[in-house]
Amino acid sequence: MFSASHRLHSDRMSAEENVSTYGKCNNPYGHGHNYMIEVTVSGPVDQQTGMVCNLMDLDGFVREQVLDRYDHQNLNRLPEFADEVPTTENLCISIYQIVKRGFPRAHLERVRIEETMLNSFEYAGD
Amino acid sequence: MVYLTRKAEFSASHYYHNPAFSAEENARIFGRCNNPNGHGHNYTLEVTVKGAVDPRSGFVVDLKQLKDIMNREVLDALDHRFLNKEVPDFFTQIPTTENLAIAIWQRLAPKLKTAQLHRVRVYETPDLFVDFYGEA
Repeated sequence: MFSASHRLHSDRMSAEENVSTYGKCNNPYGHGHNYMIEVTVSGPVDQQTGMVCNLMDLDGFVREQVLDRYDHQNLNRLPEFADEVPTTENLCISIYQIVKRGFPRAHLERVRIEETMLNSFEYAGD
Repeated sequence: MVYLTRKAEFSASHYYHNPAFSAEENARIFGRCNNPNGHGHNYTLEVTVKGAVDPRSGFVVDLKQLKDIMNREVLDALDHRFLNKEVPDFFTQIPTTENLAIAIWQRLAPKLKTAQLHRVRVYETPDLFVDFYGEA
């Protein structure tokens, strides 16, 4: 889990269009969420270890490359959201790309994010 | 392709009874659920839609529109209702959780414009749920 703030605002839209599209999420001061992240990997079970991949490796990677990157940050200020709106759809894709590029020890199936208790998002590549 | 899931809750009563069965068969097949006075559940609904992320908005679907559609088409019709007697979908169908998931799919699918309905999941209790993906 990590906690971060964001503001949904697109420079490609007028002020009115931003408000009508994003509503309260367009508040210029931003707002925050506790984001719950699920990373699903798949692969054959290693004969020697009985594991698909070492969970300590996966935990360590996600902590250093994902949680440390996003926790207690304003998402709008991160380079991946310089030109993209930090919706949780786009956050899902960004985290998927980080894990896909940096963790080759198992096959990445999907990244799922719970933004609130009621809303969740999944990306499994294209 | 990104998948978005929105949850909601509703409470309703129902009972299971097939008029084509004898009283004994109804009692044997449906057990306590055959009590004609009905019983209730707190249902949790999960609606999953899928689509490409709109490059301008960053959204798969406008969540407010999805919430409004779920409220109007599902919650307003089912919440605090006796499904067998008040909801036309169940005048001839038994309101099992299976049929409830299918009925909710049929209510939502034609109303969704920007994203495609992927899955309807209905929890009848925390340890029992049904998934419907729209296939016949």
